[in-house]
Amino acid sequence: MQNQAELNAPRLVLRGISKRYPGVVANDGVDLCVQRGEIHALMGENGAGKSTLMKIVYGVTRPDEGHIEWEGRPVTIANPKAARALGIGMVFQHFSLFETLSVAENISLALDQREPLPQLGERIREVSQRYGLPVDPQRLVHSMSVGERQRVEIVRCLLQQPRLLIMDEPTSVLTPQAVRVLFETLRRLADEGVSILYISHKLDEIRELCGTATVLRGGRVSGTATPAGESNASLARLMIGNELTECSLIPREAGEIKLELTNLTLASPDPFGTSLHNIDLRVRSGEIIGIAGVSGNGQAELMAAISGETPCTDAGQVRLCGLPVAQSDPARRRDLGLAFVPEDRLGHGVVPSLSLADNALLTGAASMVRRGLVKMRTARAFAERVIDAYKVKCNGTAALASSLSGGNLQKFIVGREISHEPKVMLAAQPTWGVDVGAAQMIRQALIDLRDRGGAVLVVSEELDELFSICDRIAVIAQGRLSPLRKPAETSIEEIGSWMSGGFIEREEAGRAAA
Amino acid sequence: MLRLEKRPEPSGAMRLASPLIAAVAMLITGLLIFLILGKNPVEAFQVFFIKPLDSVYGLGELLLKTTPLLLCALGLAIGFRANVWNIGAEGQLIVGALAGTGVALAWGETESSWILPAMLVAGIIGGMLWAAIPALLRTRFHTNEILTSLMLVYIAQLLLAWLVHGPWRDPMGFNFPQSRLFEEWELLPILWEGTRVNTAFLIALLLVAASWFFTQKTHAGFRMQVSGLAPAAATYAGFGEKRNIWLALLISGGTAGLAGIAEVAGPIGQLQPQISPGYGFAAIIVAFVGRLHPVGILLASLLMSLLYLGGEQAQMNLALPSAITGLFQGLLLFYLLAADLFVNFRLRVRTVAGAA
Repeated sequence: MQNQAELNAPRLVLRGISKRYPGVVANDGVDLCVQRGEIHALMGENGAGKSTLMKIVYGVTRPDEGHIEWEGRPVTIANPKAARALGIGMVFQHFSLFETLSVAENISLALDQREPLPQLGERIREVSQRYGLPVDPQRLVHSMSVGERQRVEIVRCLLQQPRLLIMDEPTSVLTPQAVRVLFETLRRLADEGVSILYISHKLDEIRELCGTATVLRGGRVSGTATPAGESNASLARLMIGNELTECSLIPREAGEIKLELTNLTLASPDPFGTSLHNIDLRVRSGEIIGIAGVSGNGQAELMAAISGETPCTDAGQVRLCGLPVAQSDPARRRDLGLAFVPEDRLGHGVVPSLSLADNALLTGAASMVRRGLVKMRTARAFAERVIDAYKVKCNGTAALASSLSGGNLQKFIVGREISHEPKVMLAAQPTWGVDVGAAQMIRQALIDLRDRGGAVLVVSEELDELFSICDRIAVIAQGRLSPLRKPAETSIEEIGSWMSGGFIEREEAGRAAA
Repeated sequence: MLRLEKRPEPSGAMRLASPLIAAVAMLITGLLIFLILGKNPVEAFQVFFIKPLDSVYGLGELLLKTTPLLLCALGLAIGFRANVWNIGAEGQLIVGALAGTGVALAWGETESSWILPAMLVAGIIGGMLWAAIPALLRTRFHTNEILTSLMLVYIAQLLLAWLVHGPWRDPMGFNFPQSRLFEEWELLPILWEGTRVNTAFLIALLLVAASWFFTQKTHAGFRMQVSGLAPAAATYAGFGEKRNIWLALLISGGTAGLAGIAEVAGPIGQLQPQISPGYGFAAIIVAFVGRLHPVGILLASLLMSLLYLGGEQAQMNLALPSAITGLFQGLLLFYLLAADLFVNFRLRVRTVAGAA
């Protein structure tokens, strides 16, 4: 039985938590207090120390200094099992589900106590119904969408009757409609007395959902706030330390067609990948076209087909500046004026163990190689210019790419690609995981390129981003592309319903009628 | 409690120190084995590592055995940097020797001055052709080149055995399984009087410089390095995988083939059933001990050559079996791989704090 004092104590208190890794202080004297039944936001830019702090709470790592109190009692959380025993559950940003197993089998693997599968299936059904998270225990995970998989993760936590639920960037993989459902669930849990630690950098969501916010900056607490009473600007100021500049998209007339996809159909080589179906798209000089969609709906396949990493069968399916290139390799397309910022930075956009100068050479052969020989001086000068122009924080051109933070590396990659003055620019998730300040700079750089006459195609999961920088927006779902809309002529709701495939049924109905 | 901790970034100092640590650990273990076998370790050290080098002839032998190791390892290292694992340099060496010998047997009687260059070129082409088989299989059928190149070694050995026992056996050779002896114009000129070092060593030194130039200065070298380090980035940049595989296997096959013809047109002087004491395999160790860097490979091939010579001395003076060379080679690779762990990790002493 718990006594009265324990019942009144906050659910979780962190005092003076510090954690140092070789070369970085991830957390520096962090205090945090989460009340019962409270939805508490933990905000901060990338590298602010949010993940480390949550790993400490969930027992994945141990703090170097500081104390943790759980419902009024000091505790040491040795490992995740101990955390779960206390009543702490965590839904990670990247799911850890076995695709070839069913929901019940996956959950069974993660439970600390063995339970017969039929009985577990019943409990899964019961919990999922109670919280409005429909999940079929018999279904195989590989057939589920990302949103459904997240539900499995949440149900898995709820089965253990947690009293504190940690959610790490849960909405980054959801459609706006799915976000609504998730928020309902979280509010219901909070009403039942479950505390929720909600990690995010999306200001609108935090203001809507969370009662209190603790903001981290550079490993320290830079402030606590009541998000409902703050504006996006004031929250951003707490997070990044200075004002956020808005990027400006001045309407202009688009020019000639630079990139043209005609009836692009491509079977995915990956059995769990998405095949592309009949995609038609024209990107003109001086315009930014955005492609929204829940990840895994063919974005990666579309980018690979345009960049040349996956060659197509019919050369006319992809035209670059009028020339059929669908069978050409990426180097040839680059020579014709294509630049590409891939979603994965380390290992795809750059070689982690090579210097920035070498990574400039990676896509700069046209100007840095003569008669098969590398002009290293030119490569270094080029890298130097990118570093200066895009304010990349690093130790000069000899710094290894892996030594840069995610945001700085992304600035380098975007800067490198834009500095080649491409006629067509592809950017996949250009600001994913990048802090607010750097994201703003990257968006502005894309807009500037468009203003100089570049044709830009942006794939992003962040609808706010697409609405702020795109001349027209389309949605990709199940490998099909929706019609294009001007941001002013559509709404988050319409795009959201398209993201779950709404336009496909309509198209098919239209075809049937005709 | 000792604990391995990942370094923030790989240690450059450790990368260089690792082969030295491996060499010293090999030495200590080797001496311990001598001790257990009842040999005087000081004397054994003397015999193994000093005696081979105490004469001009001995130094010459060192360079002579360095040559094939260096040639094979330089080529292999270029492939290894691009994640192309040619394990079959031994086979390419043999086929190179066969191709060069074929030229000599066919046109050697003409005594013309182009015979020797033609033999060398044929050797290179022979090695390339043998390496082209795994390249074709890998690029066309996604066959693992580690397996195919290794299996082709045994085929090459059987091919050699068949030729020296059959069609190429010297009719005047008392039925020994050997080709005829090469004539003077078919042999590589001696470089240093009183030794057996020939001009192949000079060619190998030139290739050290060429290999450095290729990896550091050419775009092809850069492309291959990127494919090795980050295959997705290589695809992204448009560095075709197939081209790299072909280039890696052709280069390593070519240098191995050159090593092969340089052996038969050098110290051996004819085709025999045995033309290499495993140079092609030892070169794999040489490439890694030399950190895949041309200068490192030069030093490592000198060390490996010394192990061969020391092994011969140990057989003669200490009555130890010939396996002693292989033992030392194995120790060297074993310790190198162990020491390489510390390039990316370091040992930390951790005090267990609080309740575990």
